[in-house]
Amino acid sequence: MSRRARLVFFAVAAAALAATLGAGLAGLPSFGRQVSAYARMLNEVAGPQRHVTDVVSAITFDYRGVDTLFEEFILLAAVAGISVLLRPLSDEIRELPEDKAPDRAIPPPSPAVWLLAVLLSSLLALIGLETVTHGVLTPGGGFQAGVILASGIYVIYLGTNYRTVERYQPDALLEASDGIGAAGYVVIGLLGLLAGDAFLTNVVGLGTTGNLIAGGTIALLNLTVGLEVAGGFVILASEFLDQTAVIRARRR
Amino acid sequence: MSVLAYGVVAWLFLIGLYGVVTSRNLVHMVVCVSVAQSATDVLLLEIGYRTGGHAPVFVSLPAHPGPAVDAVMQALALTDVVVGATVTALLLALVVQVHKRAGTLDPDALRATRE
Repeated sequence: MSRRARLVFFAVAAAALAATLGAGLAGLPSFGRQVSAYARMLNEVAGPQRHVTDVVSAITFDYRGVDTLFEEFILLAAVAGISVLLRPLSDEIRELPEDKAPDRAIPPPSPAVWLLAVLLSSLLALIGLETVTHGVLTPGGGFQAGVILASGIYVIYLGTNYRTVERYQPDALLEASDGIGAAGYVVIGLLGLLAGDAFLTNVVGLGTTGNLIAGGTIALLNLTVGLEVAGGFVILASEFLDQTAVIRARRR
Repeated sequence: MSVLAYGVVAWLFLIGLYGVVTSRNLVHMVVCVSVAQSATDVLLLEIGYRTGGHAPVFVSLPAHPGPAVDAVMQALALTDVVVGATVTALLLALVVQVHKRAGTLDPDALRATRE
């Protein structure tokens, strides 16, 4: 199909879509007027029922915890899929840049960049841990914290080189953290069944509202999700990094 | 106000699709998919918004904080962001392999899409 024909085809389809979308959006309640009764109720009861102050966390990990279970497995499946897609193929080899010129040493990174990387990565680790542990109190939680923790590793790469970053991300540990994080969610869900209640029931002691230890399973699920997301995103980044840094076509 | 708010959603979605249709580079196309996908984030947050509402985090609030916005929609937007990120990552992995096999990122130059 020529580009022109494709554009005409798109214009017709887009006009129909825009009309349907417009009709659908016009049927929504007007912007900013009111929120659903469900949300008003959850905002009221989440604090007293679950001893949390961040209602979003309570919904994600408790009231709609099964959704998040599947979401977590989508992430796990995607990371596994990317690892399979980006593996070294039969006509490729893994070769570090220094393997080509063994007599030339890699120049060390400039001290300023190195210092920045050290400061930034430790700061990111700290903020990541803060975000995951305060998930029940303030905005944040496992998903956000996992990404923050994983970006600490990227900063190490920016400040040093491939060899160093590989030392800080042993594959076995990362895969274990990804898998244990995902499995941990199911195990915590099973606690509810063991207590003679439904799957993912919040059966752990709820603690005191406003304290670091509060929310029962919500805080625990935040931790396991943080573990999974951090592991998953570091694996993800290292797979893409391998593609540019070490995977080369096999020479004949 | 409603027209502007929901208009942004429709515009984001359609401009993303336009980008996908006219794209000449697969990486650009993946970015366009995530632009179209971000329309759902905006829509979810808008449905949950309440004029003058505060975040659904009930800590250190003033004496009369007023209503809170919809926490359910924010939780759904969180799910959407995570799924969007994984979709983008998977598509980019496919793009890497397409580039290796075909030696090009132009979708029109790929053999399967040429007549």
